[in-house]
Amino acid sequence: MIRIANGQGFWGDWLEAPVRLIDQGPIDYLVLDYLAEVTMSILQKQRQADPNLGYARDFPSLIGRISKKLLDRDVRVIANAGGVNPVACARAVRQLAPGLKVAVVLGDDVFPRLDEFLGKGYEMPDLDTGRPLSTIRDRILSANAYIGAFPLAEALASGAHVVIAGRSTDTALTLAPMVHHYGWAADDWDRLAAGTIAGHIIECGAQTTGGNCQVDWQNIADLDEIGYPIIEAEPDGSFCVTKHAAAGGRVSTDVVKEQLLYELGDPQRYITPDCIADFTSIRLADAGPDRVRVSGIRGSPRPPTLKLSISYSDGWKAIGTLVYSHPQALEKAQAADRVVRRRLARLGLSFDEIYTEFFGVNACHGPAAPPAADPPEVQLRIGVRGFDRKAVDRFTRELIPLVLSGPPGATGYGEGRPPVREIVAYWSALIPREEIQTRVEVVE
Amino acid sequence: MKVPLSRIAHTRSGDKGDTANIGVIAWQERHYPILLRELTPARVKAWFGNLVSGDVVRYELPNLSALNFLLHGALGGGGTVSLRTDAQGKTFGAALLSLEIEVHEHELAE
Repeated sequence: MIRIANGQGFWGDWLEAPVRLIDQGPIDYLVLDYLAEVTMSILQKQRQADPNLGYARDFPSLIGRISKKLLDRDVRVIANAGGVNPVACARAVRQLAPGLKVAVVLGDDVFPRLDEFLGKGYEMPDLDTGRPLSTIRDRILSANAYIGAFPLAEALASGAHVVIAGRSTDTALTLAPMVHHYGWAADDWDRLAAGTIAGHIIECGAQTTGGNCQVDWQNIADLDEIGYPIIEAEPDGSFCVTKHAAAGGRVSTDVVKEQLLYELGDPQRYITPDCIADFTSIRLADAGPDRVRVSGIRGSPRPPTLKLSISYSDGWKAIGTLVYSHPQALEKAQAADRVVRRRLARLGLSFDEIYTEFFGVNACHGPAAPPAADPPEVQLRIGVRGFDRKAVDRFTRELIPLVLSGPPGATGYGEGRPPVREIVAYWSALIPREEIQTRVEVVE
Repeated sequence: MKVPLSRIAHTRSGDKGDTANIGVIAWQERHYPILLRELTPARVKAWFGNLVSGDVVRYELPNLSALNFLLHGALGGGGTVSLRTDAQGKTFGAALLSLEIEVHEHELAE
């Protein structure tokens, strides 16, 4: 049995989690997931500004902090912290943790190859809209292929203490140590699907140990020191989900079910670069306190394509707020919204969208929200977006004047004018997998 | 009689681009048929009204006593395009819990 723990569900997750995973009990592999869909575009911009940047900057300092413990307890780290510059990330790690051997997986970054792909006739239409990539070619900010577990397992085979990838799938980080340790074949679809689903269960960190959980949430113990999840993986593909006993939180079949359903599409076709996993084959069983046994998982052959994660600039937006209080808080906020919209129209400004929420009444649940009779306070929240940056900028000047020139009692404008932000949109497409050649480099 | 969905199920929701997903899990296996009967895609779409511009698709996971709903065009463009507070659909699952479903008393009896 090997123990694989997730200590980071996204870039910005709890900094103490990975340290506590090492301190509070035995683990063999520490998996850290840093990348979300729009993260790559931010990192691409950072690398354009400085060729030594473009990776998750929390990561080297974390490894520096835990490097001695990694060696003492024989824990190996697998992370997609490399972003668009895994080599620079590895060098930064080596500076702070010179005793560690670091390997990087390269080949996922296809930003420089897009014109080559288009020239070969790959139209790379968006999987959601079907539009060809050529319609946004001049606005693309980053492009990466999702890579699977086998390149990561190859990097583990180099003997590295730390494996750094760019845009690997979240699930591959967890599957890779199973492939490496147990020598699973590239067509062992059931086991690969099992490891993939293990990865799905722990890829969002504490969301599978009682965080963001509806199950009896008031009584989940010690969220302030919640334990992050651990997979105890067996050679036959079955596994247990658990956490360190000393840590807070809870692992139960109900909690694990919530995470299994999280961000799921067609449950019979969970497509990854490694296999297609069937979530309707999963068997869960209570296996003691904070322990769930998972078995029975079936998989089918991997697709002939890999998914591309492409980000592109898609205009500008700004969101501004004002607060109105009782009495008639909602009526005041609605009147203020009408004033702003009329003033924008009179200026001749047009936007792709103007969207208003009445925070405290319907912002989260819209028409599904229960009726709010005379709420004590309401935040008016107006957002606009469009390609005309000047129009969006002008909008940001149209809210504060209402303090003196609109309905009575506006407050909560202390932050001043809201910032204008660039919209970075996400595009996914497919490419034949033979176009993507990964390679492993050990960074000395 | 009418009861809120929360009486027999719990939920978790998230996003993929402009699509929200809601997982609905029966607390007890024997209540899964109620979910199948009551939680049609049309009812879920109607519950969210103008928040959802596209189709609602339902998938079944009988092994987990759960349904998975995909709500297309549900997040105002999704990701950083969206102007909404809940651009990732994090609260959609909770919103569904107060939907009233029709159950027979004997179905809830212990």
